[in-house]
Amino acid sequence: MRRVAIVGAGMTPFKEHFDLGIKDLVPMAVSEMAGSVDKGLDRADIQAAWFGELTTTDGFPAGILADSCDLMDIPVTRVENACATGNDAVRNATYAVASGAFDVVLVVGADKVRESSSRSTFWEWAKLTRDVAWDYPVGLVAPANFALHAARYLHESPATREHMAMVAVKNHKHAVPNPKAQLRYEITVEQVLSAPMVVAPFGLLDCTPQSDGAAALLVVSEDVVEQYTDHPVWVRGVGLGLDRVMHQHKADMTSFPATVKAARAAYAMAGIGPQDIDLAEVHDCFSAVELISYEDLGFTDRFGAAAYVASGATTVGGARPVNASGGLKAKGHPPGATGVAQCVELFEQLRGHASNQVDGATTALAHNIGGPTAVSAVTVLSSEKG
Amino acid sequence: MNAYTRPDFRLPPQPTAESAAFWTGGERGKLLVMRCRACGHFFHPPAPVCFRCRSLDVAPEATSGRGTVAAFTVNQQQWLPGLPPPYVVAMIELAEDHDVRVTSNVVDVDPKDLRVGLPVEVFFEEWGEGEDRVWIPLFQPATDTHEGELA
Repeated sequence: MRRVAIVGAGMTPFKEHFDLGIKDLVPMAVSEMAGSVDKGLDRADIQAAWFGELTTTDGFPAGILADSCDLMDIPVTRVENACATGNDAVRNATYAVASGAFDVVLVVGADKVRESSSRSTFWEWAKLTRDVAWDYPVGLVAPANFALHAARYLHESPATREHMAMVAVKNHKHAVPNPKAQLRYEITVEQVLSAPMVVAPFGLLDCTPQSDGAAALLVVSEDVVEQYTDHPVWVRGVGLGLDRVMHQHKADMTSFPATVKAARAAYAMAGIGPQDIDLAEVHDCFSAVELISYEDLGFTDRFGAAAYVASGATTVGGARPVNASGGLKAKGHPPGATGVAQCVELFEQLRGHASNQVDGATTALAHNIGGPTAVSAVTVLSSEKG
Repeated sequence: MNAYTRPDFRLPPQPTAESAAFWTGGERGKLLVMRCRACGHFFHPPAPVCFRCRSLDVAPEATSGRGTVAAFTVNQQQWLPGLPPPYVVAMIELAEDHDVRVTSNVVDVDPKDLRVGLPVEVFFEEWGEGEDRVWIPLFQPATDTHEGELA
């Protein structure tokens, strides 16, 4: 397979875009992406597009992308894979370029969660990934799904709610310098612990906000990369992993096997291991999910996440910063855009101009999990071609 | 003890060919869970095929209705009309087969007393009318079980 690189990246702010639709947000992200291409992008160069969108509020997704970006002469494919949609769109585009089918392709992710009111989100969105027949008679909604895992994790591991709070505090702090982040203010451990409870052990500040936004990447082959930049970010590995949808069949509730499988595939393709990852964007939809993911991604030993986060290793300035952008928790989480925006952040980090720059990083990892924990996508990026 | 009162409303399930036994076994006080005759394991939720060994030789079978809490969350928000918080959603490991878990509510318990490993037993709450009647399995702390029995 040919080597594949990202040469442009852009995104809208993640926020409540009450006045903008998907068909507005998508071309805004694509324009910012085009502006980031060092040697310029002629729109006619784009040969195909993959569009990650979990649900659509403006109508037919592929058509909206083609129409709003005036890309009428290329194939456009919508990708939907629960909250792993964004990094799965990156994965599909990577394979298309690696195969030789295309040299220059576009990856876009977008969603508008705030099109729904807070109260109705779990009716309009959660049913996309939930087994309504089994969960709703007993009042189980999406946050409770993750809460069951977190509760069992707290039971078996040394982690406490304080360790969960450290994740939220860290990611809020990281978001402050990020102009694209939704929640740009610091919080304290005490505030997290005393916030209104949602589904124990998750209080309000353990949870991601509801967000709107779009993100875009330009993915090209090694054969044409020099036409666009002298500083590409290489897609070194991609991976997708699945697990059982139903809790009832999950033998171990303290790990997400989908993440383990996706990471294994991405590391194998990249020819590296977790020890080589300098920084990461990890799917912190709920604080404890970041802790569990440290272990599933191989950043620390099983049940080592509490000590790991407490050590400061994952704070910017530490050995392996996680969610320097603010993460889902503070940057925001419009699901289809989330994974693509993680790669936007890492593109900027690995080229040295991120808003919350991690010095000296060469290799980075992006991670999504969803469905609620039945699918994971992992992307490994590097400034080194390898 | 927080005495349980039947909520004003639940979203009752619409039983399918596979799930009907689970949702209606309560009419006779039985928690019916699918069991594979080929590999001997119970499995849940019900399906026409055993997800472990892929055998089609499966059928619902009565269980003791006893189990232990594997994980729980106390829900503090009103997501669903008629189901006021707080309420407990839990994974129940069945006594017959610890790999089989039923998602349900644990009631008649102070959330402070809830813990992983708590022995519980099933009871049923009837909803709907006529052909739509279902008996939703819910759980409460076991009354006559020594913890060691299920450990």
